[in-house]
Amino acid sequence: MSSAETERAPEPVIRLRNISKEFPGVLAVDEVDLDILPGEVHVVAGENGAGKSTLMKLLSQVERPSAGEIELSGAPVEFHGPRHAQNLGVAMVYQEFALAPDLSVAENLFMGREPGRFGFVNRRAETSEAGELLERVGLDLSPTRPVAGLTVAEQQRVEIAKALAIEAKVMILDEPTATLTEREIEELFGVIRSLTDEGIAVLYISHRLDEIFRIADRVTVMRDGKVVDTVPAGELDENKLVRMMVGREITDLYPKHEVEIKDVVLRATGICRGNVLKDCSFEMREGEILGFAGLVGAGRTELARAVFGADRIESGSIELDGREVAVGTPQRAIEAGIGYLTEDRKGEGLALQLGVDKNITLANLPASFGFIDLGAERRVAERQRERLDIRTPSIRRAVRMLSGGNQQKVVVARWLETKARILFFDEPTRGVDVGAKAEIFQLIGGLAEEGRAIVLISSYLPELLNMCDRILVMREGSVSGEISRNEFSEERVIALATGAEEAS
Amino acid sequence: MISNVLTSITQRLPDAVRDRLYDAVSQLAAGGALLVIILFLSIVSPDFLTADNLFNVGSQVAYTAVMAIGVTLVIITAGIDLSVGSVAALSGVLGVMMMGNLGLPVPLGILGGTLVGAGAGLVNGLLVSVAGLNPFIATLGMLTVARGLSYIVTDAVAVFGAPDSFRLLGQGVLAGGIPIPVLIIILVALAGYVVLNRTRLGRYAYAIGSNLEAARLSGIPVRRYLTSVYVISGALAGFGGMIAASRVASGQPNFGIGLELDVIAAVVIGGASLFGGQGTILGTLIGAFLIALIRNGSVLLDVNTYYQQIIIGVVIWLAVYWDQFRRKRLAAETE
Repeated sequence: MSSAETERAPEPVIRLRNISKEFPGVLAVDEVDLDILPGEVHVVAGENGAGKSTLMKLLSQVERPSAGEIELSGAPVEFHGPRHAQNLGVAMVYQEFALAPDLSVAENLFMGREPGRFGFVNRRAETSEAGELLERVGLDLSPTRPVAGLTVAEQQRVEIAKALAIEAKVMILDEPTATLTEREIEELFGVIRSLTDEGIAVLYISHRLDEIFRIADRVTVMRDGKVVDTVPAGELDENKLVRMMVGREITDLYPKHEVEIKDVVLRATGICRGNVLKDCSFEMREGEILGFAGLVGAGRTELARAVFGADRIESGSIELDGREVAVGTPQRAIEAGIGYLTEDRKGEGLALQLGVDKNITLANLPASFGFIDLGAERRVAERQRERLDIRTPSIRRAVRMLSGGNQQKVVVARWLETKARILFFDEPTRGVDVGAKAEIFQLIGGLAEEGRAIVLISSYLPELLNMCDRILVMREGSVSGEISRNEFSEERVIALATGAEEAS
Repeated sequence: MISNVLTSITQRLPDAVRDRLYDAVSQLAAGGALLVIILFLSIVSPDFLTADNLFNVGSQVAYTAVMAIGVTLVIITAGIDLSVGSVAALSGVLGVMMMGNLGLPVPLGILGGTLVGAGAGLVNGLLVSVAGLNPFIATLGMLTVARGLSYIVTDAVAVFGAPDSFRLLGQGVLAGGIPIPVLIIILVALAGYVVLNRTRLGRYAYAIGSNLEAARLSGIPVRRYLTSVYVISGALAGFGGMIAASRVASGQPNFGIGLELDVIAAVVIGGASLFGGQGTILGTLIGAFLIALIRNGSVLLDVNTYYQQIIIGVVIWLAVYWDQFRRKRLAAETE
């Protein structure tokens, strides 16, 4: 920042001076300086493990800094725990929401600070104040209704309202869009803007590039616990930001292989499942990467799961190599050569406590008469580790301890071991570092090159536009259109996904 | 303090060794406690290290250990089996009646009792995997059903009439002076170890307990394997019931009331997680012996039995606290 700018800039709400946090053996945050100005959206970007989350924990006083100083509106802040930070006006909106589902919205908003006296709660005051807060975050719902049943986006808004209830000066949002639909993200950004208009500073943690450009006023990039730089968002572009985050040039984020596309290997016709899937049909070809685009909830994951037999379908048929097959269960799908890499890697993909080796062999355990061939298992795991460059000190290490990118490779390795020729990748880069993303796309491209048929599901359009040969767009459970590579454009996909324009 | 020292030591080790060490640490804790108790008892009580007493402990611990090995499998799948005490009683009385009333030879009587247990386990397994009942509820139901059945078939009085040779199972000694119950522990533990570490069933038990949905999406027939695990637990409960019946040469319909708590305590002290995915046979054996020695030591030292209960409760707290503490450290380090 130039000195002229500094003079014009208002007094920071929060100023971090030389803040460090050391965990046994790790320097998670390393002498960080950071100024947060009132009314700005300040994005802290960086790869997993860069120290973003730890930094936020220091600010919200969940963790005590090992060294350095935090100043709030010019006055040094003592460490007294999260409650103290809240009283000072630093509010944290967590990724996992900390609301009590059986209590009402109003009760949640004022939890621990209920209006009233002598241990009695003044319900009327609570309800009316809650109503005002909800209005400020753009939520039109009754304060007396229980939190259970609210959507994730609504719960998040309640969390924000909770921060407003304590008259927060700084609001910290940690990866707030992870589970939101595009439209909800749009609304959230609107709310964030209205907060900054009131002079509240918003600290926004993210590693989703598209979002950073949409919402940030300034961006601070962290790497290995250090601040790389703080830059006005206007001076950044995608390449520059990635370079700052990764620390090296990534020449090609989306390595697309030129592959000859051959015969149809899988044809799904008229797949129906309740309101979720309505008469969906598509084809997959050998060597082709087919994208599934659409808003969250449009049925992309559901369609993949239906073909894989993970969910029951009411009607529809699946042909492999021109012959109709009854899939029905994951077991039979795997036997037929189909693999599905779930979008929720930790929740549905990996046995986190088990070792890398055991996760790799989970779908195809080398065994005879029920007894595992441990030698063969080790060889399989070693081979896959080498082939996919899975970075782990030992194949016995629990996958829980691996980075997101390496975890994803473990899942890929599992499906390669099943000899699957048809692979569904559902949001394969979610929670994966930018550097590892390029690697995973490289891998997917290579698999297509080997003649596999691939479906790539992604909510991030550039991934699909760059990696796919064809894109199937879904909307509200139906296939709303199909676009081939030479006709790709962001506008067309969005139009088909939102129904703004019917396929022409 | 201790944790810092531990961390600094472990960080110098190669990663592969460190991973294994972490696996072993919770058992080291329980194993260390076991050694301390053995040492303590052999110093303060002259009766402890006598052949008679050790034999007594060995045969006492036998049925608990056998049953705990079955429950270890269940707990690894993130389930629980509360019915083992009642199932042991039902198996014991029916097994003895098969010998006494039907005149079956002893080996078939023991097998019969074990199969009764397996049958109860099958019902548990189907309730959990097919009907989708929570394991706690399914086996809680079996706890009272099996107990009720064992009172009905016996009119609530002990049954006798098994041939004398039936006593060998729980009281016999082999030529080398090895008590048969101890031999049984060793054999069942070895079998349990092989099942857990070398077979599909064991691997899938860990996988299901660690992440059921991941297991299902990997094509593992989850229902079948879950059911099998409850069948094994039931069978071992039945077999344990036969060992217990042999010790008193009769089937006692009121045997094993509250025994499930000792069994589950043994498994948990041994490092298994009630959230699934973790647990070992060695750990469970250590847990079972720890409990047995606390009981034995209390008798030798003339400690009021009510205090035993308190001691065992405290040991459970300590064991689980240590386990959680260890996991938190692990999580912090990997962050």
